[in-house]
Amino acid sequence: MTSHVTTSIEPSGIRWQSILPIVAVLALAGLGLVSSDYIVTVLGFAFIYAIFCTGLNFFMGYTGQASFGQSAFAAIGGYGSAILCTDYGWEPLLALLATMVLSGIAAVLVGYPTLRLRGHYLAMATFALGLIVYEITIEWTALTQGYMGYSGIPPLGIAGFALDTLKHQLVALVVLSLIGVGIAARLRQSRFGRALASIAGSESAAQALGVDIARYKLIAFVIAALYASAAGSLFAHFVGFISPEIYGTTMVIQSFAMLYLGGIGTMWGPMIGAIIVSILPEALRGLKEMQDIAYTAVLIFILIFAPRGLAGLSVLFRRAHGRVQEKA
Amino acid sequence: MSVLASAKGNVPLLEARDISASYGHVQALKPTSLHIAEGELVTILGPNGAGKTTLMRALTRLTASKGNVFFRGEEITGLSTPRLARRGIVMVQEGRGLFPQMTVRENLVIGAYLHPAETDTQMASAFELFPRLKERLDQSAGSLSGGEQQMLAIGRALMAKPQLLMLDEPSLGLAPRVASEILGTLRELNRRGIGILLVEQKAPLALKLAQRVYVIALGKIVAELKTDEIKSHHDLARYYLH
Repeated sequence: MTSHVTTSIEPSGIRWQSILPIVAVLALAGLGLVSSDYIVTVLGFAFIYAIFCTGLNFFMGYTGQASFGQSAFAAIGGYGSAILCTDYGWEPLLALLATMVLSGIAAVLVGYPTLRLRGHYLAMATFALGLIVYEITIEWTALTQGYMGYSGIPPLGIAGFALDTLKHQLVALVVLSLIGVGIAARLRQSRFGRALASIAGSESAAQALGVDIARYKLIAFVIAALYASAAGSLFAHFVGFISPEIYGTTMVIQSFAMLYLGGIGTMWGPMIGAIIVSILPEALRGLKEMQDIAYTAVLIFILIFAPRGLAGLSVLFRRAHGRVQEKA
Repeated sequence: MSVLASAKGNVPLLEARDISASYGHVQALKPTSLHIAEGELVTILGPNGAGKTTLMRALTRLTASKGNVFFRGEEITGLSTPRLARRGIVMVQEGRGLFPQMTVRENLVIGAYLHPAETDTQMASAFELFPRLKERLDQSAGSLSGGEQQMLAIGRALMAKPQLLMLDEPSLGLAPRVASEILGTLRELNRRGIGILLVEQKAPLALKLAQRVYVIALGKIVAELKTDEIKSHHDLARYYLH
């Protein structure tokens, strides 16, 4: 018997669902480039968080695990870049890559024992990791300069060409965040990505089918750490200054809001969430003392009507479209 | 080669000796032994809480266990569940263990995780057995009917090219006609040479398929019989055949 069944999970070819978000991101970036430096800064933060959340999505979205400690790897990236560039005169790009390697090693060392835990226990252990690194950034003043923070961090540069304006840096951040999403999408559609998804579905069933869940969880954790480290470094180079609060609990809470609002486990969800959560408070600034209330109300409204996040709405639209076509 | 296998003159597909498992201080499975011959279909019968699922999970290392296990004469004691899957020991769990958010196609493709190059051929083989899965390819697994979900669970296990397929309560929650249809496919799989270890509450159906039966009670195998011998055991016949 012969059967011709397409076994790839994603239909091949370029589809509007892939093109539309890229066009939207480029349009937003284009809009930023003709706006004030203030808007450029807000968008820059959004794309840095997009990178951070795309990595976090690997561990929490695709693999279904909990991590409250990814800010630790962002801190390693940020402080690593700051120290290597200001104290030792390293090229920013080289420092970014070196700190990613360092974060990857740290993630293996921490993840190997920690990832034996599950559910709330894993969440608490990773939260402790974030707190420990936060304390180190405060207390180890000889290395981190404590609350004073690190200033004078040079902007990102490539091959001797420094991106010394905010708009140049925004372009670099947009390109890097799109590359980050592209890599994540390719990995998600691979055998590796399917293995991660099976872990999120049922760990015991995944094991029964031959998936080494401990190994894959660790790899997902390391990938998330690499993204977090890159985001931490990019923040340092973009702002030129870092202090412990930047990589504190607020970063964790904000990234969770972005991930769930945008659509956890989806390809574009982290990017959408990062942009909305970054831009929304600025858009509501005119409301003055009502700003925080309005911001929270909008977030709750979105989560009620799009419980799978904004990127999850596209799935609903596709299903509805499919039903209309079937009736026709 | 193990002593038991040598004594029988041929190497069993699977042989477990004094396998036991505990949950904390509670010993759910007392030291017990069993074997399955090549191409044999064996069923395990027993009341709720007797230790059937624990036995299956202990054999596949989803639950930590003690004792020795041999596969085709080679000791596999202590191998992890994924390593056992590489040897061809695949389990369909109670409750099916599907990935409900994924489509039927995605579930099947993950089934061939260990044999990605053979995904197409294995899928064709699964469709031969369960043509309905082909019609539901792009439907999410969670939206399938109970019977279709069980077909998918078995179809996905077939994608892993099992030599020994263990099924824990495959007819659970299914209408009698669907249960009979699903269990009927096991006979076909067995004809294809796959050894089958079946835990099943619907004893009359299971006994129609099986060549041999183990009866388990209070965490220990208490009887081993050929299927036709069960009629001569009045207590067992009254309990399981009526």
